[in-house]
Parts: sequence; C-alpha cells; structure tokens
Amino acid sequence: MSAATIELTTKADRDRAKQARNRRHMAISAVSTAVVLGLAALAILTSPGWPSVRTEFFSAHEFASSFGSILSGFWLDVRMFLLIEVAVLILGLLIALCRIASAPILFPLKVVCVVFVDVMRGVPTLLTVYVIGFGVPALNLSGLPTSAIVLGGIALTLCYSAYVSEVFRAGIQSIHPSQGGAALAVGLTRQQALRYVIVPQAVRRVLPPLLNDFISVQKDVALVSVIGPAEAFRMAQVASAANFNYTPFLAAAALYLCVTVPLTRIVDRMQARALTERGAMLALGPR
Amino acid sequence: MSKPVLEIRGVTKSYGDKQVLGGIDVTVNEHEAVALIGASGSGKSTLLRCVDLLEEIDDGDIFLEGECITVPNTNPVPFRRRLGLVFQAFNLFPHLRVLDNVTLGAIRGQGADAETARREGLELLERFGLGDRGHDYPDRLSGGQQQRVAIARAILTRPRALLLDEVTSALDPELVGDVLNTIRELKADGMTMIIATHEMNFARDVADHVCFLQDGLIIEQAQPDELFTNPKRPETQRFLARLLAAR
Repeated sequence: MSAATIELTTKADRDRAKQARNRRHMAISAVSTAVVLGLAALAILTSPGWPSVRTEFFSAHEFASSFGSILSGFWLDVRMFLLIEVAVLILGLLIALCRIASAPILFPLKVVCVVFVDVMRGVPTLLTVYVIGFGVPALNLSGLPTSAIVLGGIALTLCYSAYVSEVFRAGIQSIHPSQGGAALAVGLTRQQALRYVIVPQAVRRVLPPLLNDFISVQKDVALVSVIGPAEAFRMAQVASAANFNYTPFLAAAALYLCVTVPLTRIVDRMQARALTERGAMLALGPR
Repeated sequence: MSKPVLEIRGVTKSYGDKQVLGGIDVTVNEHEAVALIGASGSGKSTLLRCVDLLEEIDDGDIFLEGECITVPNTNPVPFRRRLGLVFQAFNLFPHLRVLDNVTLGAIRGQGADAETARREGLELLERFGLGDRGHDYPDRLSGGQQQRVAIARAILTRPRALLLDEVTSALDPELVGDVLNTIRELKADGMTMIIATHEMNFARDVADHVCFLQDGLIIEQAQPDELFTNPKRPETQRFLARLLAAR
C-alpha cells in the first residue's frame, strides 16, 4: 500500500475532535445537573410537609428579624476562633516537639504529652467543653478564669492542640533523615537543625491538613454555647425559641458557611497545587 | 613531611550483627587527598559519616589535627564545624534559596556575620559558575549545579578537611565533569580531602593516596599509579578487572 492512500490526521482534525469532545462533555454535565436538581426540588416541593417546613425554616420575616442578633453573636465566634487558632498552632507545635525530643530531662513532659493527646483525642469535644466550663469554676481557686467564653476557648484549644500536635509530629517525621544529617554536617546543633531545617519544611508540608483542622475549629466554636456564651448558635436558639420558628438556625448556618467555605476552597487549591508540584498526574488520561 | 590533619585509627562500626567497618586505619596529611574506592557497601560512606561524627563508632579513634574527636560523650558540634561533608544525594535544603543554603551553617551554626557570610557565599557561587543562581530554589537547578552548591555550602566555613561521599554518583554522565573540575580546583588550592568515589580516572588523577576497601577493611593502599597499574592483592585486581570489563 502506498503512503499517499493513507488518510493522515492533521493538527486541525485533532483540535476539532478535542473541541467536539469538550462541547459534548459540557452539554452532558449541564443536562444531568438540571435533571438531578430538578427532581430533588420537585420531591421536596411536592412533599406533603413542604408548606409547614417552608414557614418554619424559610421565613423571610424571621430571617430578617433574627439576623442582626445572630450576626453580633457570630462576631464573638470569629474573635474566638481566631484566638483559638493561634493558641492551637503554638501549643500543638510545642507538644509535637516535646514528643519527638530525645533529651532525658524532658521524659516526664513527654509522658504528660502522650497522655494528654490520648485523652483529648479520645474524649468528645463537647464533653471537654462541659468539664472545663463547669469544673474549673467549681474548684473555687482564685486566679483561674471564670468567664465561660475564656473557659470554652481553653477547652477547644486543648482539644485541637492534641489533633494539631499529631499533624505537626507526622510532618516532622515525614522529613527525610538526610535533611537532619545535612543540617548537622553544616555545623548546626540539633535544636538549630529542627528550627531552621526540619520544622520549616514540616510546616509547609502539613499546611493543608492543618487548615482542615482550622475549618473544624471555626464551626466547633458553636459547642461553647452549651456553657453559656451568646455566640451565633446560641443567639439562633434564643430567636428560634421566641417564635417557635427554625429559620434563625438557617441564618446561623449561612454565617458559619461564610467563613468555612472560603477556607475549604483555599485548602483544596493548596492540595491541588501540592499534587501538581510533585508531578502527580490524573490517574486516567484526558478521556 | 606535612602534618596529618585526619588520623583514623582502628575504627570499627557495626549495625546490629552486621559489621560495616572492621578496623580502619587511614592518615590524611595536610593538602593531601585520599581516595576511597571499592564496591557499594564496602564501607566508604559509613567511614565518612563516622569521621563527620554523624555515626558513633564502636571502637578506635579519630584525630583531627592531633585532637581526638571520638571521645565518648563529647559534643560533636565543634568538631563537625571544622569539617565539611558533601553527600551523594546533595541534600540541599529545599525550602531555602541557594545562597541561604550556602550560608546557613556559617550564620546560624558559627554565628558568622550575615553580611560577610553572604558576600563570601556569593563569591564562592560565582567561582563555581553559579553567581546568578543565588536567589533560586535548589529544585530549579540541575543535579550538577546542585552538587556544586552543596560543595560551596561545605567549604564556606573553611573546613580543615573536606569529606566527599560519592558526589558524582547521582549525576547524569554529562554533568559529572563540572563537579569533578570543581574538586580538582579545590585540591589545587590545597584543600585536604577524603574522596569516596567510583570514578577511577578521577581518583587516579587527583588523589595522593588511594585505599581499596572491601567488606569494611582496607585491603590495599598505595599511591594511585602503583595501585591502579600494579595492584598487589587479588581482591584489588579482581575489583579493577571487573570495572575494566564493565567499560
């Protein structure tokens, strides 16, 4: 067979094929999304309980009248989680460093850290908030904080420091030992090697899981409401109880989403970038 | 006769049941380069790591300028600061720019003045043909460039001896030459060195003394011409013959 009779695919042909494939994919996505959402909406809107759900959960009037107080409560949430996140970063790193330390003098501290992390990770967060929120004031010791906001913040800080310390520890242990060797070889002490070589690399590596824990903190500040502080969830409860309407909870939910969703997107993007930096490819090809 | 910079006396090292060094004696005089040759696993790298006190030896002594550096329970850091070690896999710090890689040990370890260290670091990089790469991160550089940065990092603090651990083994063949030339220059400047290497021509060319290691023992040591052209021990003859056959 002579070469002239073979139909060669030109670049223009390939480009056209790719465009056609993209158009087809977009059309299928759009139609299937419309069908699924439409069916879901239909199921909800035609359900027998919809009219009452609509008034109890989606009342525009209730939303407007409760939003102001919930928003002011949410401002407390924001201040709390910002402070808690900073405290968790510091305490979590300290616990992680204690647990990997080899100095014999630190041994008792190491034991304390292991027990602390086991307990804090093993106990429901809500329970810790209760125990610290009601237990510490009951001690009647002068000098201890009595404000429910402070105590709730401490409880959450302790819980999340335990989780975050494990994230840090995993990160530190994931740095190849040759980095430590190189740091010692250029004349650094063990502490300097940790500070200038190991920990900076570990922190970069664990940033996405770290921010995931922060997302949890941002919504778990609502747990503090059980010991009293008038944060968003609490204010929603109050507003809801006043008029026997659940709409205020939706208002609170919207506010929590306002801070958690952007951070979630940032984490997603960072993880995607970390993947491409390591040269990872999609498991399947373009088709 | 110049004075010895490094004296390794009867050094042994085991990992569990496996003996890696079975009693090593090597002397490195000032301005001299001693090459360690031998198959992978013969103990070359372990010996260098022991000299830099990254591994604790089981027995024997190592002297740096007449001072025993392997007395148990002494702080290894001051001795390490008088030695430079370059690794097979470069082991640059990926989170630091090239110039910061070169100066970290001087500034943080030795408390050197940051301005001076950076100026000297830049001079070294320029000398190694990397003057414009100081602000890059290591992963932007080729293997050969990274290894030259690693050499600059090891010698910025003017070590009394430089330990080179198979520094070209991880490089693509076309990048080996630049790194070897850099080492030749250092030798010409009078740097005292121990060079673990698989590059026989280079060892022959640059070393004043060659030690052939097998199973953690120095089987034979001699001047390079002697050892390469007229090896006495059958083990050495076999090793060199295998290398020739492979080429």
